[in-house]
Amino acid sequence: MSTLLSLKNVWVEYGDKVVLEKVNLEVSEGAFLSIIGPSGAGKSSLLRLILGQEAPTRGTILLDGQPLKPECGPDRGVVFQRYSVFPHMTVLGNVTFGLECPAAPFAARLFGTARRKAEAEATAMLEAVGLGDSLNLYPAQMSGGMQQRLAIAQALIKRPRILLLDEPFGALDPGIRADMHGLITRLWRDYALTVVMVTHDIKEAFTLGTRVLALDKRRHDPHAPHRYGATAVYDLPLRGPPVPAAEPETQHPDPVAATN
Amino acid sequence: MRWINWHLSKRDRLIAGGAPILLLVVIYLIMAAARHAANPSDKILPLPGGMFTAIAGLLTTPDPLSGHLVFWADTFASLQRLGLGLGIATLFALVLGLLIGALPPIRATLSPLVTGIAVIPPIALLPVLFIALGLGETSKVVLIAIGVAPVMIRDIAAHVGSLPREQIIKAETLGANSWQIIARVALPQAMPRLLQAIRLALGPAWVFLISAEAVASDIGLGYRIFLVRRYLSMDVIIPYVAWIALLAILMDVALNAISRRAFPWAHGDGR
Repeated sequence: MSTLLSLKNVWVEYGDKVVLEKVNLEVSEGAFLSIIGPSGAGKSSLLRLILGQEAPTRGTILLDGQPLKPECGPDRGVVFQRYSVFPHMTVLGNVTFGLECPAAPFAARLFGTARRKAEAEATAMLEAVGLGDSLNLYPAQMSGGMQQRLAIAQALIKRPRILLLDEPFGALDPGIRADMHGLITRLWRDYALTVVMVTHDIKEAFTLGTRVLALDKRRHDPHAPHRYGATAVYDLPLRGPPVPAAEPETQHPDPVAATN
Repeated sequence: MRWINWHLSKRDRLIAGGAPILLLVVIYLIMAAARHAANPSDKILPLPGGMFTAIAGLLTTPDPLSGHLVFWADTFASLQRLGLGLGIATLFALVLGLLIGALPPIRATLSPLVTGIAVIPPIALLPVLFIALGLGETSKVVLIAIGVAPVMIRDIAAHVGSLPREQIIKAETLGANSWQIIARVALPQAMPRLLQAIRLALGPAWVFLISAEAVASDIGLGYRIFLVRRYLSMDVIIPYVAWIALLAILMDVALNAISRRAFPWAHGDGR
């Protein structure tokens, strides 16, 4: 599998506080990378780097061999733990918005047949995540799990090169979380996605990921704890990316297999 | 039961809310009746009958000089000034509030200026406006606009600035440019806040309107109140003040109803 994303000797520093140091990472196409680590180990900082929300202090990040601009773009989709959906748009509007942006740079809206076409595509996407019956609801009228389904549909409508998940299921109860694991695994396989997921839940990381990356500090100076940053301390390949059709279900433990 | 958990039914709320108002009216009537018993031509606390006669005259008898029905002409002139002033302020609040809230370079450029204007007491500017713009309608409208706009601009800018960062990032990953984020993400979420800002600005706007009319005008609710003050005409002043209160309440209720109707998602309705 070809390398999609690569980080070379990446450092993130805020003032004299070092958050990440010497991070080297290659993510191949079709991978499902889980990132775990204790609080404050720079998991979210790493995600913000890949998202383009921040630039590294040192080092380079390449996406498809091209240096990554320090600005978010449509080639990287994201789902946050909260606030990922627009409260003032309906479910359908939330997903259609992603199609309207490139098509209508000045009006910021589509009309007529172009609108109907975009809405049909958005509806198909929403049906794929199981929200086909909720097109006209506002996010505040939906449960947390449904809002996360919506956020995933919203991101996937752009066919991003990488889908970034920032503790996407952290606020959900265990039953809903198992459903969402099934959903994300199915979408990852169906749409041949490359996923980078930050999570606190180690079981979730191993259940979903094809590879688990653990971030932590290698060194610790008790007199200046902020001077050493975290880096990848474990990098565990679990299994290859899914081979379409031939993928046996047994590779995915219970909660996932149960809902597939 | 703790008072903190004592929620009243709708009927009880009506009774509870009406009681103090009714009490004040009764106290007024008793005091007015007492004064009239001592002096039938008392002007300080007029009886309802006296107020009714005075207002009926202003409602039906044309002013000998201008030919207008005074009450309606005053109301129309004041509402026009108020509407224009608030309208201009609202437009500024929306445009500048969105730009300052959403775009860091615009915030760096305009935020100190808006803050500077906001700390000037608007009434202190009234002489400047009268000298620069004359004593006509313009200076009154501008006083209202300049008086309420800075607070509204800062409110909208703060609201837009405090939209969750995640939403803005999400919009960027959907391919939205700055304009699209302002038009589709910031603007719709600023609208309910704008209506609330207008509701809060209504109070100060009335203050500036009455002040400007009191100082230099020949028509308007504030002008009339300050004119008849010279004759101790409480029988005109009290109904006029009540009318201003009624207009203000109606505007407040209407703005709230518009907000609930147009932006159900912002009020937790629509389910």
